[in-house]
Amino acid sequence: MKDTNVIQVENLTKKFGDFTAVNAITFEVKKGEIFGFLGANGAGKTTAMKMLIGISKPTSGNAKVADFDVFTNSEDIKKNIGYMSQKFALYDDLTVKENITFFGGIYGLSRKKIEEKRCLLVEELGLHNIVNELVGSLPLGWKQKISFSVALLHEPKIVFLDEPTGGVDPITRRQFWEMIYKASNNGTTVFVTTHYMDEAEYCDRVSIMVEGKIEALDTPKKLKEQFKVNSMNDVFLKLARNIE
Amino acid sequence: MNTILYIIQKEFRQIFRNKGMLPIIFILPLLQLLILSNAATFEIKNIKFSYIDNDKTSLSRVLIEKFDASTYFHVMTDFPSIKAANVAMSKGEVDVILEIPRNFERDLSNQKDTDLSITINAIDGAAAGVQSVYINQIVQSFNKKVKVSLLPPSDAINIPKDIVTIPSFWYNNTLNYKTFMVPGILVLLVTMITLFLSGMNIVREKEIGTLEQMNVTPIKKYQFIIGKLFPFWIIGFVLLTIGLIIAKVVFNTPMIGSLGLIYFYTAIYLLVILGMGLFISNFTDTQQQAMFIAWFFIVIFILMSGLFTPIESMPYWAQILTEFNPIKYFVEIMRMVMLKGSSFIDILPLLIKTIIYAVIMNGLAVWSYKKTN
Repeated sequence: MKDTNVIQVENLTKKFGDFTAVNAITFEVKKGEIFGFLGANGAGKTTAMKMLIGISKPTSGNAKVADFDVFTNSEDIKKNIGYMSQKFALYDDLTVKENITFFGGIYGLSRKKIEEKRCLLVEELGLHNIVNELVGSLPLGWKQKISFSVALLHEPKIVFLDEPTGGVDPITRRQFWEMIYKASNNGTTVFVTTHYMDEAEYCDRVSIMVEGKIEALDTPKKLKEQFKVNSMNDVFLKLARNIE
Repeated sequence: MNTILYIIQKEFRQIFRNKGMLPIIFILPLLQLLILSNAATFEIKNIKFSYIDNDKTSLSRVLIEKFDASTYFHVMTDFPSIKAANVAMSKGEVDVILEIPRNFERDLSNQKDTDLSITINAIDGAAAGVQSVYINQIVQSFNKKVKVSLLPPSDAINIPKDIVTIPSFWYNNTLNYKTFMVPGILVLLVTMITLFLSGMNIVREKEIGTLEQMNVTPIKKYQFIIGKLFPFWIIGFVLLTIGLIIAKVVFNTPMIGSLGLIYFYTAIYLLVILGMGLFISNFTDTQQQAMFIAWFFIVIFILMSGLFTPIESMPYWAQILTEFNPIKYFVEIMRMVMLKGSSFIDILPLLIKTIIYAVIMNGLAVWSYKKTN
């Protein structure tokens, strides 16, 4: 099972006028994998991700997500993926419980299923005291953890995380990554963009984007060998410097 | 279907949770209805009237007393000269100056022509026109009485009879301007609130980033739009209902026609406004932009609705433009149904235009809302 590809991308390109934001990228992601999608600010990570989740039409190339084509079946893709953006998608003026009900509802979960999922979540994350609080009043770390769990409510095949741990403390980041591992162990593929190079070490495989192109793609271990350095941080710096 | 219900539930939760918005939605419009209906009057009252009496005879005083007796005029003390009066006019202290010439009584007694000079502050042209009519009426009636009293009784019999017109005012026989204004202002409020709310609602999700999240879910376009707009459709009805109750209880506005017909029309009318709001929010990125555009249209709609200025007196090109004004339709329908008791058949032509408008507006709105860019 580990070898089936759930994301398959070939020469995917996005142009905004004369500017090529994503330049013919090619890669694939296997089922259950934690795929790190790295790059400096403005390298084209978010644009590439938006094409994969079906909210941005590619200019050219091919891409399949969960066996659906991003050009023709973007709405089918949306049923099979979860997404957590850097700007959290939860509603600040709804309570944790109301957010769960809403997101469960729009993904077509039954009332009973939503109820079950909610109880499970409350138990796992220890939300007993805050389940009826407005999301807006919670600390950032909580928001992100709940946001991630909500993105997994409908048991998607792939979950896309756009810089999920921006701005939180190391302990919360650590807990967050434990949640990611758990999801991955349950068979969910995790596609994650990040700025933190220590997080890149946690990924099964990592791609590094520089100016719209994927310049490196392999396991963290092999990348370090390839660039003859000790950490992902150095891999990243070496790549970015070469371009300059 | 279930998806729509979840969206509606969420929208209502958010609306009722927003403690700042609730009064704006429900209280302010009703205050406006109460205040505007009383204040936005076309009647000209308390005209500041002054005079220069160069004659100082009993007849000139009779004329001045006639003005004093009228409820429209508030008579100020006299000025010694026209110069002093003009100064007061330029300061805005008086609206009308009447100058009675020397030998006024003598000339009239001798059956000679005499002229009164009237100066009216015409910065507000419409008001000046009305004031001129009032003044003429008073002078005419004074003129008639003078003729009778000054002529010897034998001649008085031979005075030709005047032709008198007695108008009967249909649909608003007491010429109560509130009867005319209340239905119109109610329309404005329902329109403004629903347009602003729907225009700002989706763009707000754009601002806080949740719209992107919605676009990643399998929600279908029509589900999202119906779920988003339905709550404001309901709010439109609630506003209309409270407004109609105030119209009846506070202003005693006649409601001759069928209320059901008004609600039926409102149901379709609100679709036009909500479609417009959605269309605006699809083309804007911030609530501020959406607000400006909504205001731009609302101001044009209000001024060209026939509420404050009759459409018949607009230039031809402007009259054609008013055909695109939904508020004009609603004002007309409200007045027709409430004051004249018009039936379904009477409003059918306007109803059909409104339906076409709703279809076009919502078509544009759905077309311009894109989940994928």
